[in-house]
Amino acid sequence: MRASLVNQLRVLVPVKRTIDYAVKIRVASDGKGVDTNVQHSMNPFDEIAVEEAVRLRERNKEAVKRITVMSAGPAKSQDVLRTALAMGADDAIHVDVPGPLEPLAVSKILRAVVDKEAGEDEIGMVLLGKQAIDDDASQTGQMLAGLLKWPQATFASKLELEGKGDKGDKVRVTREVDGGLAIVETTVPLVLTTDLRLNEPRYASLPNIMKAKKKKMTKYTVADLGLEKDIEPRLETLKVAEPPKREGGAKVENVDELIAKLKEAGRI
Amino acid sequence: MLAVRSMFRAGSRAAVPLRTFATSSSRNANTLLFVEHKKGAINPASLSALTAAQKLGGEIHALVAGSPSEAKSVAEAAAKVSGIAKVLVSTSEAFANQLSEPLAPLIQSLVEAHSYTHVVAGHTAVGRDVIPRAAVLLDASQVSDIVAVEGEDTFVRPIYAGNALATVKSSDKIKVVTVRGTAFDAASAEGGSASTEEVDAGEAPTPTRFIEEQVSESTRPDLATAARVVSGGRALKSAEGFAKYIEPLADKLHAAVGASRAAVDAGYADNALQVGQTGKIVAPELYVAVGISGAIQHLAGMKDSKTIVAINKDPEAPIFQIADLGLVADLYEAVPEMTEKL
Repeated sequence: MRASLVNQLRVLVPVKRTIDYAVKIRVASDGKGVDTNVQHSMNPFDEIAVEEAVRLRERNKEAVKRITVMSAGPAKSQDVLRTALAMGADDAIHVDVPGPLEPLAVSKILRAVVDKEAGEDEIGMVLLGKQAIDDDASQTGQMLAGLLKWPQATFASKLELEGKGDKGDKVRVTREVDGGLAIVETTVPLVLTTDLRLNEPRYASLPNIMKAKKKKMTKYTVADLGLEKDIEPRLETLKVAEPPKREGGAKVENVDELIAKLKEAGRI
Repeated sequence: MLAVRSMFRAGSRAAVPLRTFATSSSRNANTLLFVEHKKGAINPASLSALTAAQKLGGEIHALVAGSPSEAKSVAEAAAKVSGIAKVLVSTSEAFANQLSEPLAPLIQSLVEAHSYTHVVAGHTAVGRDVIPRAAVLLDASQVSDIVAVEGEDTFVRPIYAGNALATVKSSDKIKVVTVRGTAFDAASAEGGSASTEEVDAGEAPTPTRFIEEQVSESTRPDLATAARVVSGGRALKSAEGFAKYIEPLADKLHAAVGASRAAVDAGYADNALQVGQTGKIVAPELYVAVGISGAIQHLAGMKDSKTIVAINKDPEAPIFQIADLGLVADLYEAVPEMTEKL
């Protein structure tokens, strides 16, 4: 039926290496950041994005041709790329950037990767986490969509691709919004960001972790992408401080005392 | 720490008259406020964003974009809001559901035409969807979810689920910020007399179509802005438990109902009720956490509440470390007793 397989979707999943979500972070002694000498792992929302790409292929084999994961950051970012490969991605791209990146810079790197890969095997969908749990910015996917002039579906809790991954095929997305859910219909190519409830990411099995070591990892530098000037930080962090501490811990003996204390404080 | 605390509290919550900027006219802030609205009503987060915008000094223009049937009445309401100098109204069916694809280019064109120095909006689902797309079109590095304004280019924002506060200074020509609603008092909806100007929407074709919305209906106060919140966690064990224990207590207190992620994931409560890093951020007068252990991600959404009450049978639960009043008790006994005695 299909004229060619070339149009099938190539899905790009950007992932970020962040401090593990369970780590209790500490403000660094210089007051300019946090202590990063701690356990890192893949940003949880990005795991959901990788999982969704793999599931999309499991649901609709004909639609997804290739799943490419990528990360921009220092060499250690390759750890999370290997994890994503073990979850079922086909190949990885590491953009080597030593310093910290703002979402604006990441979106420019992503656009450059989408452009660079266009000749070989065009990317038709980018799946990202809705936010990184370190900077909590919630910007990158939207910025990328703006740069590419592609539609965006943010905070997705359900993704249904109707078609075979061709340009113009319909995509129905359920989005988590304030007050409930919103359902939108849009088309490929598309940028989508994942909410927590989209899926439950799988664990990588040991055989798959071994296989992942053999999968292809392409490395680009910022110069390869022609972005030396475009990713300079625009925001200077003047200070990072601990939030005001709460003096909690006071216990009451029973419900009567609780109600009395709340009345005294004027809260009820 | 105390110094940080007072700085944070005073900076973020002080009433505007205390901080009228004598120098505001010498600064040249010129702000576009994105007004979020639904069913003809302005979202309270936009009014809090306005309060943040006022701390920049300078003149504030409000953008009301919506369908022809809605935008007019919202614009009339916006014109009465205290602190807005001018309301820009843009009507098009394309704006009916506040989709980012048509709105972002509209914001871009207005900023370029009027030389705004700042774009300010609430850090809501709509704000988070639309504003970064507008920011990139303006080549601006957005500052998300600010809790304090330290100057026209310097803002404070939480990072790492609220476990650190970063003060950042923007070198961008156009500063694009989204504002945490609970960190700023809402501007008064009365007392203003802004002029209104219609602006041409231009063309912004998009393949994205809004199909439908599934709203969780509730007669209780809105979670994000309620003065009191009663939240339940995994310990409620079922949706029935939630209805039987949490809701009557909330009703007695005229409180909104919230939930932990565990309770939402287990299906005890609706997604829209989730409080935390990935759900709603609330800062009510009173927050009652029932059967919630107090994971970092939950605390991120409620630890700026004025008074926190925890009811939990585990005396070691982390929630007790931040609760002003903690009751170590079985919720199945304590909550009905409390509901009855109130």
